[in-house]
Amino acid sequence: MSITLDMAQVELREVNTTLQAAAKAQANEAYTITNTRGSHAIACGLDGPLEVTVQGSTGYYCAGMNKEAAITVTGSTGPGVAENMMSGVVTIEGDASQYAGATGHGGLLNIKGNASSRCGISMKGIDIVVHGNIGHMSAFMAQKGNLVVLGDAGDALGDSLYEARLFVRGDVKSLGADCIEKEMRPEHIELLADLLAKTGADAKPEEFKRYGSARKLYNFNIDHADEY
Amino acid sequence: MCGIVGLFLKKDELRPKLGGLLTDMLITMTDRGPDSAGIAIYGDEVSGRVKISVQSDTPKMAFADLDNDLSADLDAPVTMKILDTHAVLSLPAEAEEKAISLLEEKGLRIMGSGASMEIYKEVGLPKDVAARFGLRDMGGSHGIGHTRMATESAVTTMGAHPFSTADDQCLVHNGSLSNHNQMRRVLAQKGVMTRSENDTEVGAAYISSRIADGASLGEALEGTLDDLDGFFTFVTGTKNGFGVVRDPIACKPAVMAETDDYVAFASEYRAFADLPDIDGARVWEPEPATVYFWER
Repeated sequence: MSITLDMAQVELREVNTTLQAAAKAQANEAYTITNTRGSHAIACGLDGPLEVTVQGSTGYYCAGMNKEAAITVTGSTGPGVAENMMSGVVTIEGDASQYAGATGHGGLLNIKGNASSRCGISMKGIDIVVHGNIGHMSAFMAQKGNLVVLGDAGDALGDSLYEARLFVRGDVKSLGADCIEKEMRPEHIELLADLLAKTGADAKPEEFKRYGSARKLYNFNIDHADEY
Repeated sequence: MCGIVGLFLKKDELRPKLGGLLTDMLITMTDRGPDSAGIAIYGDEVSGRVKISVQSDTPKMAFADLDNDLSADLDAPVTMKILDTHAVLSLPAEAEEKAISLLEEKGLRIMGSGASMEIYKEVGLPKDVAARFGLRDMGGSHGIGHTRMATESAVTTMGAHPFSTADDQCLVHNGSLSNHNQMRRVLAQKGVMTRSENDTEVGAAYISSRIADGASLGEALEGTLDDLDGFFTFVTGTKNGFGVVRDPIACKPAVMAETDDYVAFASEYRAFADLPDIDGARVWEPEPATVYFWER
């Protein structure tokens, strides 16, 4: 049984307070949020197991700072969805705007449509699966975690990348500084197969190319000492 | 931050509702731009006549007998519609240039002119600005609106958007241009003048000047990507439609919606919430450095 919070009746602050309290109480309840009308910061800061369905499209920063909760948005989301996620699952049925999953430490962000620019910027351990395309400057300074893209990637993919793994099935418009194509080893196929299965993605791991850091930018090179 | 909204109707049945739909969109964008608001609305046109939108801080005095005085000066029939601080003067198209200089001599501020375009803009909350002009009751084929949070010039009527630098053309902008002073000088050398210190007006003048040189709206918008430096999401209105372009970095938000009845633009999805059949609309984010336009 899902409890409905109708945003035509209940203020955003009360919606979030209710969800946060239910998550904290480990109640394992299910909530449905209706009449969102593109509001900002829906279902933010949930710290515990909770199932939340957000019906419709949202504004900025939906499902931010998520921990353990499973949040599904049936429409599209504005900038900064699932920012700084620690754990749990956030699913977007539509498209996500810029910097989806930014700085995420863990958990899974599953975007069924496209994500625009700066997807996974500075990601720190999150897994992001995008069923469509991603925009420019995605995975900029990404440190850890996996970004999987079934469609195409825009300009400067993985610029100044640290140790995150990037898997793209389609075309990459251009690679950013210090990002290179890398060999797909058996452990990568296995990892990718698991993420594709978890997100219900219609793709085979062998169809993807892997990109990662050339590790030239973030390691101090003694031969360049004179440059500083 | 600023808020932009735009609505282009594909079906004439919705025309009487344009002002109402745009007003709701504009008010929703208040927290992106609470200091001033403005709207350009493309309504009915009368063959052979042009409309000039003017503003005065002392409308009672400035607009008293303005139509009769202008009619005598031009030796042509002039009608006038007064809405708060703005007046829209309708006169024969061939008298437009002379009329504008006469109006400027009288100390009136020219908001814009054209066969179908009227511009209303003022300092204040979008809901107050909309109420003062009765925007909700206006009809038309398309319109664009702006809620301003000022960065590049003072909070004044002349600093509010939309900016019009040629007949039936206008521009609204979210962002800031960094080479506007240089571009203003380049345009001035070509004889293209601007009326304010505002960066967006230079963007508008650039587009108008390109169109005057023979470029299409699409080509003029593409030119902004090469020649204007800074952050921008632009929405430009013309007599026949509107166009959208974002700079290549695209940090200023933009979202679009299209149904069989309309094409809508907004800085945020929230502005679409009251549009008819929005749940069935195709909603997408315009790509960076890509020109979109719709014309009838």
